[in-house]
Amino acid sequence: MRHGAAQGEGRYAGLFRRPSFWIIALVIAAFVIAPLIGNDVEMRESLVLAAIYIILASNVNLMLGYAGYVNFGSIVFFGLGGYVCVYLMSAQGWPLAAAALAAGVAVSLLALVFGLGILRLRGAYFALATIGVNEAVQAVVANFNPWGGSAGLYLSPRLFLPLGGAMQALWVIYFLLVAVMGLSLYLSYVIKSSKFGLGLLAIGQNEDAAAVLGVPTPLFKALAYSASAFLPAIAGGLYFFKSAFIQPTDAFDLTLSTEAIVIVMLGGQGTITGPALGAYLYEELRGWLLTSETFSHFQLVVSGALLLVIVLFAPGGLMGWLYGRWPRLRKVLE
Amino acid sequence: MIGILASIIDGVLVGSVYGLAAMGLTLIWGVMDVVNLTHGAMIVAGMFALYLATSALGISPYAALVPIFIGGFLVGIMLYWVAVHRVIGRPPLMSLLSTFSVNLVLIGLGTAVWGTVLFNVPVSLPGISWQRYTFPGTHLLAAALTVVIAGLLYLFLYHTRIGKAVRAVAGNREAAELVGIPTTRVLSLAFALGVALAGVSGMLIGTMFPFTVLSGDTYQLKGFVVTVLGGLGNPTGALLGGIALGLIEGLATPFMPVSWTPVIEFALFVAVLIAFPKGIFALRRS
Amino acid sequence: MTALLAVENLRKSFGGVHAVSGVSFVVNEGEILGLIGPNGAGKSTLFNLINGVMAPDEGRVIFRGIDITGEAAYRVARAGLARTHQIVQPLAGMDVLENCTVGACFGSENLSIGRARDVARETAVLVGLEDRLTMSAAQLTIAGKKRLELARALSARPKLLLLDEVLAGLNPTEVEHMIGIIRAIRERGVTILIIEHLMQAIMSLSDRIVVLNIGQKLAEGTPAEVANDPAVIEAYLGDPALAEELHGSP
Repeated sequence: MRHGAAQGEGRYAGLFRRPSFWIIALVIAAFVIAPLIGNDVEMRESLVLAAIYIILASNVNLMLGYAGYVNFGSIVFFGLGGYVCVYLMSAQGWPLAAAALAAGVAVSLLALVFGLGILRLRGAYFALATIGVNEAVQAVVANFNPWGGSAGLYLSPRLFLPLGGAMQALWVIYFLLVAVMGLSLYLSYVIKSSKFGLGLLAIGQNEDAAAVLGVPTPLFKALAYSASAFLPAIAGGLYFFKSAFIQPTDAFDLTLSTEAIVIVMLGGQGTITGPALGAYLYEELRGWLLTSETFSHFQLVVSGALLLVIVLFAPGGLMGWLYGRWPRLRKVLE
Repeated sequence: MIGILASIIDGVLVGSVYGLAAMGLTLIWGVMDVVNLTHGAMIVAGMFALYLATSALGISPYAALVPIFIGGFLVGIMLYWVAVHRVIGRPPLMSLLSTFSVNLVLIGLGTAVWGTVLFNVPVSLPGISWQRYTFPGTHLLAAALTVVIAGLLYLFLYHTRIGKAVRAVAGNREAAELVGIPTTRVLSLAFALGVALAGVSGMLIGTMFPFTVLSGDTYQLKGFVVTVLGGLGNPTGALLGGIALGLIEGLATPFMPVSWTPVIEFALFVAVLIAFPKGIFALRRS
Repeated sequence: MTALLAVENLRKSFGGVHAVSGVSFVVNEGEILGLIGPNGAGKSTLFNLINGVMAPDEGRVIFRGIDITGEAAYRVARAGLARTHQIVQPLAGMDVLENCTVGACFGSENLSIGRARDVARETAVLVGLEDRLTMSAAQLTIAGKKRLELARALSARPKLLLLDEVLAGLNPTEVEHMIGIIRAIRERGVTILIIEHLMQAIMSLSDRIVVLNIGQKLAEGTPAEVANDPAVIEAYLGDPALAEELHGSP
């Protein structure tokens, strides 16, 4: 696990020099340019899913790969963000940007509060508590009438008008999602290079030893948990606005956060490029599965089997394997 | 008033089976520090084993208990060698993820085969009536069987050589190795026992309530709440914790829509963990 | 001589076992205070009470004039108190430099990452790990890991360093080297409280000695005074080898 800022440089000047910065930029560029060629709407839609996978995986990686805490219920940030955004737009008439941003802020603040509570729990207890948080929030939302209760909320098509109509709105939302994806990747990059990131990594290695060394473990864990909520909440807002409909069973469906964990493990937990690589591979796999007659019902089975193989035989994921074979790569890719 | 009392008593009966469901979990957790996230799937397996036994094979429901226990034990041994053995020494994160992944596979296969339809195993057993209320015979028998099984487990752990070996490994694995206890065999046995208990609890729940492939999650969560209430690695605590949970449910259900139950249980789970990190009934580790 | 650390009447029990029963002593600034006692005397527990890993049932810990009793471990570290462990705890996935950088970043001086890395490098050189800066902590030998444990604690630039059996498991050459390092650390102005079983080493290193037995303070004084104290000799008679060593030291 390399941790390098160039010596004697200004605080963040070194960040631009490292390959990771440009690799991320490349990924963003690919996402922007690919569907624009020939106005390919179908590709854009599959890239939406890829972007969401990368957003969820990168952010779950902050807790999982850095601090060593599994957040099985990370979907709660996505779903709750979706609800806040959709509600603010439909019932309060807020514009998209403001509503999405508010969703991010609200959910990460809530996460900070929740986090301070459940992060006192170690390992497995925490992991289970995250599922509990998701179930609890889902139950509350399903009983909350101003948010449509269990029937959910619909968005009027009128709300697409300020963005230039339905067709154009879909493009706008796509680019916003790509921006959020880019921010997620850069966030994990900046954190990893920072003192905060070093503290998180120490916690992930040995939490008690880290505390004895002076790492303020409760605070750092809560900050990481809260930070990992911000961008997924915004992404949820954008996604459910795009769908023009949100209901509790979709918004808090554990499938997506489960897949995010498989993706992080597949690509390489604790790395920056891992989640992106993992998302790409996973989407390819999924696409192949869906077209194959025999396997289309077995998506989660295959995800589970894949995760098992990774955990048993290659816990470092793909990046871990690459670093094992070519240690020099570690300095380049992080 | 009587209604509430009846609800409470029924809660205690059902709660004891929650306790049984938790016993396997707490045993595995306590002995090898592995959180078995396939626990829910094993409970469901017990439910479906009951269904198959009664509908396809025509066996009377309670006769399926011992075969299900044995079957669960064998499945547990397999599970241990596939998913658990390699990750025993590693960070707990890994065993969490490995059992989680097996759970995904099993539930995925289950939904592929049986969908998410509701299944029911009709069991006709005379109940006990009191005032306007009847306590279902199935609840009474399930509770009775649970107490018997819990008693057998206690005898096993405290009065047999193998049971003592299990407790020794739970207390200090290295020391147990040094004394010559075949730790791997003990671990696989303890795991298999935990799975067998899960299966049997699933079977008993199946005699009481309808179920789907996805029901495992609910009971697994209850199992975790109970484990935390009763203290890790403490089967007696699990039984008491289960009864306590059943009691709480019995008290709450007359007043609250069912959809709030998971919220209450989750809140309880977190609150107890924060207030009593070692469990409310934490006795010295078995 | 000002008291850097004052331990007052500390008590800690586990179930029915009284691990520490009413221990009091001070550590003066600039000195090396040795803590000895037969196995199970409560020495490591005492360390845990001092640096915040456990809270005492009774008693106080006063560091630099501030009551730190029961404070969280990270706060104690921030206050300038560092500690090594009997069973080493390297951050296995990181290399030597990163391990020490963690210590430097989160110690009393709250350094930035860049500065911390410099301090970490210096400290690694001081303990003799400069040739292994990029080696993964998991791959170090036992002696290497012990040095890393020390370097990491030192990187935090503590005022008081708690050393818990830092010589255990080392061969005689390595022991000599470590003793040299410990002396060099004291030269730099760090006060040291050291637990050690190697009697000769601790007797020659320490300015003063505190002897613990069954959770209580048995004796206190210079190494010579303690070595000739009948109560101490009696306590060690249960361990003839140690009694031998006791008598063989200055």
